[in-house]
Amino acid sequence: MTEFTPIASTVGGLMIGLSAVLLLLWEGRIAGISGITSRLLPPYRDGALPSRLGFIIGLVGAPIVLGALSGFEIDLEVSANVPLMVGAGLLVGFGSVWGNGCTSGHGVCGISRLSRRSIFATAVFMGTAFLTVFVVRHGMGA
Amino acid sequence: MSFLVNLGLGLLFGFGLLISGMANPAKVLNFLDLFGTWDPSLAFVMGGAVLVGAIGYRYVLRRDEPIRGQSFHLPTRRDIDARVLIGPAIFGVGWGLGGFCPGPALTALSFGAIGTLTFVPAMIAGMAVARLVAERNNTARAA
Repeated sequence: MTEFTPIASTVGGLMIGLSAVLLLLWEGRIAGISGITSRLLPPYRDGALPSRLGFIIGLVGAPIVLGALSGFEIDLEVSANVPLMVGAGLLVGFGSVWGNGCTSGHGVCGISRLSRRSIFATAVFMGTAFLTVFVVRHGMGA
Repeated sequence: MSFLVNLGLGLLFGFGLLISGMANPAKVLNFLDLFGTWDPSLAFVMGGAVLVGAIGYRYVLRRDEPIRGQSFHLPTRRDIDARVLIGPAIFGVGWGLGGFCPGPALTALSFGAIGTLTFVPAMIAGMAVARLVAERNNTARAA
């Protein structure tokens, strides 16, 4: 069980949206994490590498800064099943780049732009994610 | 300068993921478990983010150009092709197995959990493979 947290989740969502809006305002780009991360790998086609590097360093450093600023308590429960997590990582990495976006690029930014392609992509990954959890938790005699 | 601004925006995005609970795979998996221990919190994350995004994007896109750079770099494709079906379908399976999508996995790295430390390198390898295959396809088509 995890606690239902509508207020914290809404506040966090507002911060994610604000970051995406300010990124568009500053350099005209979409805050898609799979796109930003995968373009840290060569080939480099534009001069945006320092920006991408900055964004990802901020993302990775966020818990350290948040802890130092506020002492906000963060719950994190990750599976320790290494083969499962390696498999999940490969699928998430390949799938998000193959489909040109993940929860942020298609989900948040794409839906905000009312992009038909992103709304379709979001419906597909939500669908297979619901289905996967259903099969894992309820479909295998668990 | 752009590096520092992006550093700040990455921090803000990460704070959002942490405060909202989106960086916690247990919470994500419970959100995805409609017929079990369902925790609807993450719908509020999406709602909050899209609310600000939809209003903010409209205002920003009234400008002729962003503060830095000559033009907006927005995806122009609106068509539904095989890639935007297959990619998200594969991504969703991985998301449902591990409870991590790319942003939260990166934000969770510093907690040092073995699941995160193995997920992230695998994710980057998956991304590299997808880029490589796409690159090859483009070259083959151009030749």
